[in-house]
Amino acid sequence: MQRIGVFVCWCGSNIAGTVDVKAVAEALKSEPGVVYSTDYQYMCSQAGQDLIVQAVKDNNLTGLVICSCSPRMHEATFRKTAATAGLNPYMVEIANIREQCSWVHKEMPIGTEKAIILGKAAVAKVNLNTPLTPGESPVTKRALVIGGGIAGIQTALDIADAGFPVDIVETKPTIGGKMAQLDKTFPTLDCAACILTPKMVDVAQHEKIRIFSYSEVAEVKGFVGNFDVTIKKKARFVDETKCTGCGDCVDKCPMKKNPNEFNMGMDNRPAIYIPFAQAVPKVATIDAGACTMLKKGKCGLCSKVCGAGAIDYTQKDEFISEKYGAIVVATGFNVISMDKFDEYAYNQSKDVITSLEFERLTNAAGPTAGKLLRPSDGKHPHKIVFVQCVGSRCENCAEKGKEYCSKICCMYTAKHAMLTRDKYPDTDVTVFYIDVRTPGKNFDEFYRRAVEEFGVKYVKGMVGKIVPEGEVLKVQASDLINNKQMHIDADLVVLAAAIEPDKSARPLATMLTASMDTNDFFTEAHPKLRPVESPTAGVFLSGACQGPKDIPETVSQAGAAASKVIGLLCKDKLLGNPCIAGSNELMCNGCSSCERVCPYGAITYLDKEFRMPDRTTKIRRVASVNPAVCQGCGACTVACPSGAMDLRGFANDQIMAEVDAICK
Amino acid sequence: MQKITREQLLDRAVALLSDGTVNSVLGWQKGEFDYDVTPHIFKSADELKEGFVWNDFCYANFSKYLVLKTDRIEGKLLVFLKPCDTYSFNQLLTEHRFDREKVYAIGVGCEGMVDVNKLKAAVDGISSIEATEEGLKVTTIYDDEPTVVAIENVLLERCVNCKSKKHVAYDELMGEEGEIIDSARFDEVAALEAMTADERFAFWQNELSKCIRCNACRDACPACTCENCVFNNPNSGVETKAPVTSFEEQMFHIIRAYHVAGRCTDCGECSRVCPQNIPLHLLNRKFIKDINECYGDYQAGEEVGMRAPLVDYTLEDLEPGEVLNRRGEDA
Repeated sequence: MQRIGVFVCWCGSNIAGTVDVKAVAEALKSEPGVVYSTDYQYMCSQAGQDLIVQAVKDNNLTGLVICSCSPRMHEATFRKTAATAGLNPYMVEIANIREQCSWVHKEMPIGTEKAIILGKAAVAKVNLNTPLTPGESPVTKRALVIGGGIAGIQTALDIADAGFPVDIVETKPTIGGKMAQLDKTFPTLDCAACILTPKMVDVAQHEKIRIFSYSEVAEVKGFVGNFDVTIKKKARFVDETKCTGCGDCVDKCPMKKNPNEFNMGMDNRPAIYIPFAQAVPKVATIDAGACTMLKKGKCGLCSKVCGAGAIDYTQKDEFISEKYGAIVVATGFNVISMDKFDEYAYNQSKDVITSLEFERLTNAAGPTAGKLLRPSDGKHPHKIVFVQCVGSRCENCAEKGKEYCSKICCMYTAKHAMLTRDKYPDTDVTVFYIDVRTPGKNFDEFYRRAVEEFGVKYVKGMVGKIVPEGEVLKVQASDLINNKQMHIDADLVVLAAAIEPDKSARPLATMLTASMDTNDFFTEAHPKLRPVESPTAGVFLSGACQGPKDIPETVSQAGAAASKVIGLLCKDKLLGNPCIAGSNELMCNGCSSCERVCPYGAITYLDKEFRMPDRTTKIRRVASVNPAVCQGCGACTVACPSGAMDLRGFANDQIMAEVDAICK
Repeated sequence: MQKITREQLLDRAVALLSDGTVNSVLGWQKGEFDYDVTPHIFKSADELKEGFVWNDFCYANFSKYLVLKTDRIEGKLLVFLKPCDTYSFNQLLTEHRFDREKVYAIGVGCEGMVDVNKLKAAVDGISSIEATEEGLKVTTIYDDEPTVVAIENVLLERCVNCKSKKHVAYDELMGEEGEIIDSARFDEVAALEAMTADERFAFWQNELSKCIRCNACRDACPACTCENCVFNNPNSGVETKAPVTSFEEQMFHIIRAYHVAGRCTDCGECSRVCPQNIPLHLLNRKFIKDINECYGDYQAGEEVGMRAPLVDYTLEDLEPGEVLNRRGEDA
């Protein structure tokens, strides 16, 4: 029989405001096994923990029930307290009477009643608790960074500089991401390429970093410290080890009319291409959908002109398996599709463009060599309208846009407007906005300069309709401050389109068993206190895959994620979770249900000999759990029809006892 | 379709016994009455000639017998499987419940088996039954003149709603192969779904309250082959649940339905053996219907080694929220 101590925490007024803690302590005193019950203002404080340790000694307690906050908050704290008092840490159960009780109820009697029931359930469980000891697992001292934009680059560099090998997997033929497409960066207006490309070169030259470009993560198995990852290297039909990036093939390729992704489709590239001059790796890639040699077996010009003999039309997708201790997700963002925003005539006029397209139009390496020309006729625009919040903060248009604020648009629009006025002072620039949001170091000053020094016209109000008419775009808008309708004949309209997580993020989240919010942004382990860790151990978050972010924020988060990875990889061994599954071989049918539901591949089967009641022997197939691989998710225990599979610390009879205590 | 005869099956069984392909034969034996046909393991040709029967009362699904019997016998066991039995056969192989090498399976065509209860309701005091072209010629202890009952009128529910006359597993097929049937077996489930929650609760309350916990459904069910059933295991925490109150008694069937969900082939043995005539198959069929609707059509036992949707995960799987939405307001 257990000797259980119950400790009811007030959490100041957090719990005591809605739960009569004295009544809870009193009610739980008479539960089976309880020999001591008390309440205290802050159980997690040093004084509170001392009180627990003393009570264990005075009353020879064997199990503890702490009625307090969520186990996510302080279970680890109280397990340590139990260890200090000489108990097995797993003899502690938490009854969550804060998040699941006092915070959701307003009336004291209801809160108190529920707290008592939750306490009873925890007591019923502790009565069946047994001491558990965690196993150890080794740590593979290598990190995987998924995504090669500025977030992935910075994380990889920081981890590699600490001495750990890092692999970057990038789905595009080059690393660099969205930042490589930008012209200037706010608020200092340094050129994106000037600050990014040296970092790209650093990555390429770093002896600890390998780049898998034009590659995807195909499969992830394992767990923190021991991930087994399969990387799919897509066939680029060019031998990376031979290609020198000279570009002769690109010049000779006859299939020149393919939309250039890097320039947002505003010009064309050949079927064999290098995305941009500073690409890393600077290796050509053949677009299999555009190449006549690959499609019809005719042409082969690139192979003929290649001095290095790097072209290989027979190349196949290659699968590489590697072990990692930690995984950083840095899959970034994309601009949302403008297809559903008919009112802005994006699909009707070439002169209605998104801000990212505008970046390319003003970039010296872009389709117009940096001259701001209208995509339709190549003329200089003299009247430009910028529309902010296109698809962002869409409260009532979730099917078109996003409910959240994309965060970066206010600043880049101010940048675009300012740069346009600076380079082309004869151009009239109007920005329509809902709010201008510029918190951040030197951000508001930047926006004010656009208005005050560069004469950008900011109008509070939204554009209702854009109609292309001849050479001009008829912009119909409202000026909310002067309460009047506005009609502008614009030459160019720039839409600050909302950003969304990359489409590859959701399948990746599934592979990683990392959670996401409804917008497909990765969820942090704690929004304030653990912002770069995912709730899945060993998976970290870097950059816009976690939420909209500008470059300074992305880089600081990338560094933070790297420091967490380094902290993990420094360890030689990780203490496992002792709450893992085990199979009762006498009851196991060998049916394979558990093996099929196990997300970690922890279950295998053995043929074992059993003595039968009639003294014969019988060989039966039974499940066996690998304790180093099992993560204690419990999927197998519910799949098992005979109840042979059980989870330590969350045994079927313990759960049943909790349910019984609640229903009593 | 030409009906396969007892003599054909008998000749084949004797031949396989005598050439040593099999050591014993799992077949049907006549019981006290003509409708009392029970499974039996025949060890010799003489025993077969004496007792083997094949008629409209050979309803027992032999698949489950293989789990226990194949361990206990030397050599191979010959088993006769009707189309619906072959689904259970495959499902048990998927779950590694018996050794395929120890079984020689003969697929037998089937035109539907008779529900003894329906027949008894139609004719009182049966003394003997003879199968004829017109139907079953039933002699009673009361009348001299036999009554002729058309088989269509007294078929088992599972045969009325037969899902397949095609065998999905056998070593040898006797008779012609049939087709998978687009049956109306989910109509009754749909009718239950159309009820309000209260009506449905009342329906099941009424049906399940008849249960006497004889365990016949579990014992006949080919999906219930656990080494140690949770209801027999005092440590499972479930065993003590079932009999405490009338409500908890009903939990037996609900727990059982959950345990066989995704593994039930809809063979209908549970309802056939229920002495209280509880339509237990409807619980399982509801699960099958839901699985089909949520994860795409799935027939347990169609192939060996299939990954059942409930113990498999694909990226296309419905999110739990969507399943909830499908249940609607009244669920």
